[in-house]
Amino acid sequence: MAAQDTEAARRMNLRKVSERKKFMGKYHNAYMTAGCIITGIILLMVLVGIFFTPYDPTQMDASAKLQGISLKHIMGTDHMGRDVFSRVLYGSRVTLIIATGTVAIGAGIGTLIGALTGFYGGIFDEIMMRIIDALFAFPSVLLALVFVSLFSTGTYEVMIALGIAFIPSFARIVRSEFLRCRNMDYVESARIQGASDLRIIFMHIMPNVRGVLLSSILIGFNNAVLAEAGLSYLGIGSQPPYASLGKMLSDAQQYMFSAPAYVLGPGIVIILMVLGFSFLGEGVRKVQG
Amino acid sequence: MEYSDKTAEEMERQRPALQVSHLDVFYKKRKRNVLERAGRKQALFDVSFELKDGEVLGLVGESGCGKSTLARTIVGINRDYQGAVIQKYPHPQMIFQDPYGSLNPVRTVEWLLKEPLRVDRSRKWSEQEQQARLKEVLNQVELSGELLTRYPAQLSGGQRQRVAIGTALMQSPRLLIADEPVSALDVTIQAQIMDLLKTLHQNLGLSVLFISHDLRVVYEMCDHVLIMKDGRVVEYGETDGIYRTPQKEYTRQLLRAAGIN
Repeated sequence: MAAQDTEAARRMNLRKVSERKKFMGKYHNAYMTAGCIITGIILLMVLVGIFFTPYDPTQMDASAKLQGISLKHIMGTDHMGRDVFSRVLYGSRVTLIIATGTVAIGAGIGTLIGALTGFYGGIFDEIMMRIIDALFAFPSVLLALVFVSLFSTGTYEVMIALGIAFIPSFARIVRSEFLRCRNMDYVESARIQGASDLRIIFMHIMPNVRGVLLSSILIGFNNAVLAEAGLSYLGIGSQPPYASLGKMLSDAQQYMFSAPAYVLGPGIVIILMVLGFSFLGEGVRKVQG
Repeated sequence: MEYSDKTAEEMERQRPALQVSHLDVFYKKRKRNVLERAGRKQALFDVSFELKDGEVLGLVGESGCGKSTLARTIVGINRDYQGAVIQKYPHPQMIFQDPYGSLNPVRTVEWLLKEPLRVDRSRKWSEQEQQARLKEVLNQVELSGELLTRYPAQLSGGQRQRVAIGTALMQSPRLLIADEPVSALDVTIQAQIMDLLKTLHQNLGLSVLFISHDLRVVYEMCDHVLIMKDGRVVEYGETDGIYRTPQKEYTRQLLRAAGIN
C-alpha cells in the first residue's frame, strides 16, 4: 500500500516536472533564470531611481563625509557627503543608457555591414573587411579615447565613440553567419521564386542569424558596461555632478582604505550588471544548443 | 486563313516546354586571395536537348557531371553561359535534393508556402487568394492543414519534401525541375514522393526535368532520357530505346551498374 502511494506520488511529481518543462519550453535553464533575476533587480533599481531616490544625488553635506554603512545611508556617503545609494540609483541609469546606446550603434551598423559584405562578397566585401580589420586592430577603449579627444567628453560622445569601436565585432559575427547561410538551398529557392536581394537578406537569412546576434548583443552589453567604466576611470565620460558607475568607482578609489563602503556600492552594482548579462547570454547560447 | 490559324495553333501546342541548344556553361573558380585572378572553368560543353510540353525528361549522370549546373542555368541562377535556353512558359520552379536545406528552418510551413505568392513577380495576391491557393496546393501535395503552424524541423523527411514540392507549385509553374528529389529519402518514402510527382505530372500537365542518378527511378518516370558525362551529352533519346539498345559504352556501364540488362 505504502509502496503504491510513493509510486503514485513519484508519478505525480514527474508529471509536475514535465508540465513545467512544457510551460517554460526550451527556454528553461539555470543560466537563463539566474540572468533574468539579476537583470530584473538591476532594471528595477534603474526604474525606481527615475521616480524616487532617498536623497538628492547631487546634494552635498560637509558634515557627513565618507560615512560607513548605516540605516540613514545604506551604502554610506562619498567624499562630498552625498548619499552613495542615491548616486548608484542614478549612476546605473547613466551606465545602462550608455551601454544600450553603444550596443545599439555597434550592433545596428555592424549587422548592416556584416549582412551586406557577407551576402554580396567580392571586392566590396574585401574593402569593407580590411577597414573593419584596421578598426579591430585597435583596442576598443583606445579607439574610443581617440574619438572622444576628437570631439568632446560627455555621455553621448562616449556612447558614440564606444559604439563605433563596437562595430567590428558585430560586423564579423554577422558576416560569418551570412557566409554560412548564403549558399543554402533555401536562399537559392527564394531567388528562384523571385525574391529580391533585400528580401532574402532581411526576411530569409536574418531570422537565422537572430540567435547568434542576440547572444553577442548580451555579451556586447557586458563589454560596453566595462568599457564605459574603464573610460570613466580615465576621466572621460559623464561629467560631474552626475556620475556613471564607472566614474563613481574611480572617484572612490582614493578612499578605498579610509571608506571601503564607498567603493563597495558602485562596485557591486557593476558586478551584478555584468554577471546578469553574462548569465543571460550564456542562457541564450544554451537555448540555441 | 482558317487553315493557317490552325497550324499556328498546332505549332504553338507542339512547341517544346524547354529547348536547350549548344549550351556552354561556365563557373567561376574560387579565388584563394584578393590578388589571384578569377578563373573561369567550363562545366557544360555543347549540351542540346528539348523537353516536350507535358513530358518528363530524365537527366542521368554520376555526381559532378554537371546535372545541377544545368538545372541552375535553366532556372536562371547561373548567368554565365553561351548558347540558347528557350522556355515556353516563364518562371520554372525547382525542387531540391535535400528538404532539410531547401526549407528555411526558422519559418513555419504556412509562411514557407505563402512566400512564393508574396514574391511573385507576375501578379499580386490578395490575402484571400493566398489562402485559397494555399488550400489548393495542400490538397495537391496531400498534406493536412495541421502542419501549417509547424517548423520544418518538426516534420518527417517525406512531409518536408512535400512542403518543398508545395512551395514549388504555389506559383503554378508549367515547368518543374526536380534535382534528385528522392535521393535523400528513405526507400518507402521515395516511392510515395515518386507517386506524388507522377500524379502532379498527370493532373497538372506539368513538364518535368527529372534529375537523378538512379536509372530505375528514371525508367519508371520518364519519356525521354538524357545521359551526361563530364559536362557532355552521351546519349539522348526515348527511354525505352536507350534502355533496350544503348548505343554508347558509358550507357551500358551505367545500366549494368544499376542491374538492368
